[in-house]
Order: sequence, then structure tokens, then C-alpha cells
Amino acid sequence: MQSNAHAAGERTKVDIAIIGAGVSGACIARQLSAYETEVALLEKEADVSFGVSKANSGIVHGGFHHGPKYLKTRLEIRGNLMYDRLQRELDFPFSRCGILVVALNDEEMKYIDHLYTQGLENGAIGIEMCSRERMFELEPKLESDCVGGLHAPGGGVIEPYRFVFSVVESAVKNGVQLLREFEVVKAEHSGEKHIVHAADGRVVEARYVVNAAGLFADKVSGIFGAEEFQITPRKGEYYLLDRKTKACPNRVLFPVPTKVSKGMLVIPTVEGTVLIGPTAEEIEDKTDLSTNADKLGQILDQARKMVPSVSQTDVIAAFSGLRPALLPEGDFYIDISEEAPNFIQVAGIQSPGLTAAPAIGEYVKDLLKKAGCRLTEKADYDPFVTKLPRIRDYSPFEADELLAKDAAYGNLICRCEKISEAEIVAAIRAGHTTLDGIKYFTRAQMGRCQGGFCSYKIIKLIMRETGMNYDQITKNGRDSVVLTGRL
Amino acid sequence: MHERTYDVAVIGGGAAGMAAAVEVRRQGLSCAIVERENQLGGILMQCIHNGFGVQEFKKELSGPEFAEEFMDMVADAGTDVFLSTTVDSIEESEQGKELYCYSRKNGVVKLNAQAVILAMGCRERNRGNIRTPGTRPAGVFTAGLAQRLVNVEGYIPGKNVVIVGSGDIGLIMARRMTWVGAKVHGVVEIQPYPAGLTRNIVQCLNDFEIPLYLSHVVSRIEGKNRVEKVTVSPLVNGIPDEDKSFEIPCDTLLLSVGLVPENELSENAGVEISPITSGAVVDSTMMTSVPGIFSCGNVLHVHDLADYAAEEARRTGAYAVAWLQNKKPTRQLRIKAGANVRYVSPGMINPELPDKLYLRTLIVKNNAQLVMKLNNNIVKERKLSHVQPSEMVSVKLTKKDVEHWKAESDSILEVSVQ
Repeated sequence: MQSNAHAAGERTKVDIAIIGAGVSGACIARQLSAYETEVALLEKEADVSFGVSKANSGIVHGGFHHGPKYLKTRLEIRGNLMYDRLQRELDFPFSRCGILVVALNDEEMKYIDHLYTQGLENGAIGIEMCSRERMFELEPKLESDCVGGLHAPGGGVIEPYRFVFSVVESAVKNGVQLLREFEVVKAEHSGEKHIVHAADGRVVEARYVVNAAGLFADKVSGIFGAEEFQITPRKGEYYLLDRKTKACPNRVLFPVPTKVSKGMLVIPTVEGTVLIGPTAEEIEDKTDLSTNADKLGQILDQARKMVPSVSQTDVIAAFSGLRPALLPEGDFYIDISEEAPNFIQVAGIQSPGLTAAPAIGEYVKDLLKKAGCRLTEKADYDPFVTKLPRIRDYSPFEADELLAKDAAYGNLICRCEKISEAEIVAAIRAGHTTLDGIKYFTRAQMGRCQGGFCSYKIIKLIMRETGMNYDQITKNGRDSVVLTGRL
Repeated sequence: MHERTYDVAVIGGGAAGMAAAVEVRRQGLSCAIVERENQLGGILMQCIHNGFGVQEFKKELSGPEFAEEFMDMVADAGTDVFLSTTVDSIEESEQGKELYCYSRKNGVVKLNAQAVILAMGCRERNRGNIRTPGTRPAGVFTAGLAQRLVNVEGYIPGKNVVIVGSGDIGLIMARRMTWVGAKVHGVVEIQPYPAGLTRNIVQCLNDFEIPLYLSHVVSRIEGKNRVEKVTVSPLVNGIPDEDKSFEIPCDTLLLSVGLVPENELSENAGVEISPITSGAVVDSTMMTSVPGIFSCGNVLHVHDLADYAAEEARRTGAYAVAWLQNKKPTRQLRIKAGANVRYVSPGMINPELPDKLYLRTLIVKNNAQLVMKLNNNIVKERKLSHVQPSEMVSVKLTKKDVEHWKAESDSILEVSVQ
């Protein structure tokens, strides 16, 4: 996506087009890349994972939050089990650190009982009811009022955007065509084919279309003349704490859930920082990612109810994400459309969508077969991506060898997260040429200085590697230009 | 792995690092400076305004000129300099310290040193630290990053600018952005008084008719892709007053909201950090809680002037040499920050070898009085014509000051401002 100048009328012909390169679309694309079929993955943003998948809790859930009647529960249980193998294949940071649900009074403890029973019914592996003593054994930083809780050892944490990047990389390696800045504005169906038009004039022809458009799945469904439904954006605000914080727990801490959400969590991220949040607020504007002053106090209060040592001075960033909720039931809507031909709906993928996504990939593959799509396995499918060294994982002695092979690992660009020039160049060469794309791929600019020291160096590397001019450098595509003039 | 051995290793090649290294070399010990950028000078190199050097060189210089004076001294003193080299960790060894350093040119380099001087400087506080709500568009920069972009890289970060914080970098960037053709719509300061030097208020704002909004905050940032506007709110009893808030359309927000000593390397080496200064806790010889590791300049506490940082660093260089020569203080008294004093640095004093103290007040006051008490008896007083938190106060103690002190080993020197 180095250039925005896509040829209008450029026509791509495939068997299956997937709209939306978030975690669902990415996992569907990768699943299909194992078969002899032509697949295009269409993304309206400048990079993959820039929508719902960019900003969420990054939890691989434990399978006890929802009852067995929901499709999302079945896919959550299955998806969770798929993560270990995916990590070996796709080399993304993942830690099965476990989840604790913290009960602060006897009333809440009754609900823990319910969650435990529900988890057992769902088939969640290894879940455990915990006494107060057991809770403090598992998590010494807990608030002293804790009376007990639930332990789900199978839960874990990932960096959601990094996971999507790896999944897409694998899909592309196996032949999927990724079309970025492809905003679907119009579609027609003729002669067994969908003709899908982008805002910039590009066209994709596909026999089958999968609607994995996240917050805009309702709009895309309408464009294809499929079912009418409404996606409600539900905002969640988060605060990111410096890795130096004393409030980092060993496991993901959940409060006892409320009716609308799983509550505000304290999350030890897989990269060592701590995330607190999210709030849950239904809004109207699907592009409203603003944060609000009154929410910080709420989030800190809630987080401190579980971990009293959470401190405002540790905050290094605030952000918000939107959950694409399909109300009132809140379940996933994954099915063959009854209104539009050869059209698969993948909508309402809110929590536990990240956990479920690998299973959604399988499920949609089966739906496509059911819809008549012929899928035969590819002989040369390679599930592995090339592992990229990360200098932060190396001791000085190991680094010595790595630097001998590629000296650019010795040039540390991001001091806070310890990211080298070689890693940033790898991100750029993998097609991540916005500042946010590089941030999500490498972690550079994600630490305590938030890019204050390194962003100009990254801008220079993007220009050097791509030949882009300074005024083409953006934060995250479109008009998010960083520099406005040259001296 | 390359390996080199020195008496003293200095981490950071800005004003403090260079001054410390020059002093170590002047006293005849071997010394290396490790600097992560591709040249010495640190942040001085982007500070192309003048006002540097009045204390150190008795002349007014720009940042790069000030740095060049020290670069010449570093070269003349025969100091080894490792450029484009980042210190990854400091380890204890039987011989002293081992520094593991990464660079493109030399790979991993291990530096052995008897003593280490920390002079890594500070970083800017950012939007997350002050928790400004709103969207997260392009166009929000720390003032120092904007300064780097304009003065070193040659890029203009925006056309219509609002600046948060009236610290010196913010004020200087208000003028600089005006000079490169941008319109600066205002400087917003949370405190009821400006944080920067008076001369900068006059020369950078008043001369260009840039409004200064005291007791105001930017309470919201808006814009989908690039900043489109900010909401500015007056503070009433410390809370933004929504009714009196107003919007300023702009495409750029520069943040000059404070500096924090950058001590992650120090902490990993076991150095105790003060929660007040975010710098190391040091004794009267600028030595940290880890024997053989010293700290000076902005990594110790944030200074107002590079001249002060250099002066402090020169003394630190001398203390490191003395420590290597086994000249250690026999007695040190703890210094306590008393009424209206945020901190005093260093936190100890050697009554046989009194030295300079730097302190910051918590109050704004004209005709204030500095009072030093030893065991509750006043031992020194000094008039201060004006104090405010953003202006560091320096106190030079002489032998004459301390000769009448009746200090026990557990005596505490309390420094307060009234």
C-alpha cells in the first residue's frame, strides 16, 4: 500500500471475496488459503486490523462467560484450543497466563458459582472454584476484600493487531490477494458473480462474498441486498500503564460481570505493560473513537477494586475501541444469507470474537462448502510464517551473533520497547508503511515516550525504504498526514 | 564481542556527559562516552536559539555552539567516544562494571569500567501522561519532537498550532513555528503563572502577540485523521469550566508539559530512584545507591539551564575520580526538603566538603527567605527575590558556612523556603 494511486477500473477476479481484514476476515482468509481457491481480502483502511481488532482487551477467553446455547460460546471454546498451534505456526506473542474472576462479596460469589457451572457445561478445560486463600496464592496483589473467585487456567493474552498481521501474512503467503484502501461502495450480482466496486473505482469479481465488515457489516449487507440488521457500536475506553507499574498482576483479572459487559479488567499484556478497562457505552457514531475525561476516574476506581496499587501516574496512553454488537441477543450472526446469493454473513463479532476467530475461519469454510463452493486441499499449503528475530528477546551474547549477520539489529530505534532498525525495516517491507502500522507490527512508539524520540527516525526509514515523499507519510492512512511542509 | 576497558564510562553525550568526561580526563583517568545518537551534544543540537553558556563560558551561545565548546574539550582531552551506540545493560563484575552496548558499526561491545556516570538526560511527558481526552489524530507532537523535526530534520509539523504548557521548550517553539510560517493561536498553561523563563515569555510570545491562557487546559482534542480543533477550558477550583470553554480550530497541538529523567537503565542496574525527582537518590558525592555508579545532569533531576547541568556534571566527574582514589567522605548528613520545598539535590551533604545544592520550591513568592536548619537551629538564611516551582534555586555552601555547625552523624539539615 505504498501508493494511494490505485488504477480505477483495475479488475481482480477471484472465487471468494472477504470484506473486512479484521481478525474474523483474516482467519477466514487464512483458512481458505489452505484450499485450491482464489481469495481476495478487501480492507477499507490503510492497513489490516485497523478497525475493531485494533483496540480491544486482547484476551483469549476461558469459555465460561456465556451459556452453551450461544454460537459464540461454541466457537470460543473451539477457538481457544486452536491458539497453541497457531502460535507455533504464526510466531505472535501469546501467553496462556490464565484468568481470575474476582468476587468481592458473598453475593458475587454466588455468581461465580453460576459461571463455574456454565463453564463446565460449555466444556471449558481446567476451571476451578477458588477460596479466598487460593485467590491470594494465585494473585498476591488482589484487594484484601476478595472473598473468592474463579480460575480459568486456559485463558490468556495476545496482542490482537499483531495476531491479525501474522494471520494475514500467512494467508498472503499462501496466495490470498490483499487489497487495502478498498472501501466497498456498490455491488451487483450477474451471471453467477458478485461485482464489487470500491470507492476508488477498483472492481473485484467473486462467486462468493463473505461479509466480515465488523462495525459496517450492516451497511455491507445492505449493499449486497442481503438481510437487514443493525450493528450498534459499543464503546470501550482503556488506559495503558507503563511496564514499570507495580500493579501488574500474574493473570487477567475480571470482576463479576454485569448485564451488558464482562466488566472492567486488569490485564497483564503479553508484552509486559498493563491495560485497564474497558468501559461499555452504546453510541451512535461508528467512527467515534474519542476518550472522555469522566471515564478515567471510573476505570481507575474499578481497577483499584481488584488491584489497589493501580496508579494514575503509570498511565502512558488512553484509547478506545468499538464493539460491533448485534442487539438484543448479542450473539454472533454467522450464516449463509437467505436474501443474497452466495453471500455469507459474519456479523456481530464482539467479545469473545478474538478467541473465536480461528474457529470462525473453520466454520465459514464449512458454510461455503454447504453453499456449494468447491474446496480441495492445496498440496503446497505452508502454515508457517518466517520468524523475525526481536532484539529484545536476545541476551547480549546471543545478540552478538545476530548483529554479525545483520548489523541493523544493533541500531536501536525505539528505546522504550527496544526495537531495532532491522525490525522496523522488516515491517515496512511487509507493507506496513504508516506510523500506526509500524507501531502495531513492531511495538515501536508504543512505550512510555509514545514516539517522542523515535517517530522521526521511523519516518526517515519509511522514506528510505519506500521512496515515499514526506507528505505521503501518515499516522494511519487517509488524510492523517504527519508533516505539512519542508524548510 | 568487542571489549574495551576504562576507568570511567559515561553514558550519554549531552552537556552533562561531556562535562563529566572532560573532568575525568583532566584528572588523568581513562574515560569513554557512550552516545546513542550519531553525534555528541544531545538535545543541545536542536536548541538553535541562544541563551546557553552565560554561566559556563561567560558568553551567550546557541545550543549547538555550546555543545561544540564541549566537543572540542572532549577531543582535546583524548576521550574515547562511541557514537550511535546504545547501552543495553549495566552489570556488576569482579573488576567493577560491565556495560553491554549495541551499535550498527561495532555489534555488541562490552565496556569494562571501574565507575559509571549516568548522564542520559530526560524525556518529555506526553499526551498519555496528562490524559487529554478526545480522538487520537495525527498532529499531536511533544514540543521537543517538533523542535527536532524543524531544526534538525527540516520538516514543518503543522500550520495552525496550539501549544500546551508554557515551559521554555513550548515558548521557544511558539516563536519557532511562527518563524517557519505557521500561525500559533495560543499557549495554554494549567498553572496561574507561566512555567518558562520571563525572558522567553517576552521574546517568544509577547513580541509575536501570541496569547497566553493561564489557568487553562486543553480539555479535548478533536479530528478524525488530523487534528481539527481543540477545546480550551478555564480552570475553576482546579476543574475545567465547561460553560466558559471555547474552541480553537487548529491542525497541530504541541505539548510542552514537563520532562522526566530517563532512568530505566539505572533502575535495571539496581539504582534507587526518588519518587519526587524521578532521578537517582544520590549522596553528597553524586553517587547513587549502587557503589561506583554516579548520576548527574537531567537524568538526576531536571535542570533549568544546560550550564547548571554541566556544572553539576563536572563536580560529579571529580567525585567519581575521588571515589576511585579511595577518597570517600567520612561523614555525610541527610538533607530534608522542609516547608515549601519540593526537593533538594543531592540529598546529602559532607560537612567537611560543602558543595552546591539545587532545590525547587512548591510556591510562587516574591521576597522569599531560604532557611537552613540543623537540628532545628537555623544555620543559614538567604533572601530570594522571587521563587516559583519552575525556577531552580542554587545554594553554594562554603567551609565558612559550615565551620560552626554542631553536626552529629544523625543530624539532619532541613532546607525550607518562607
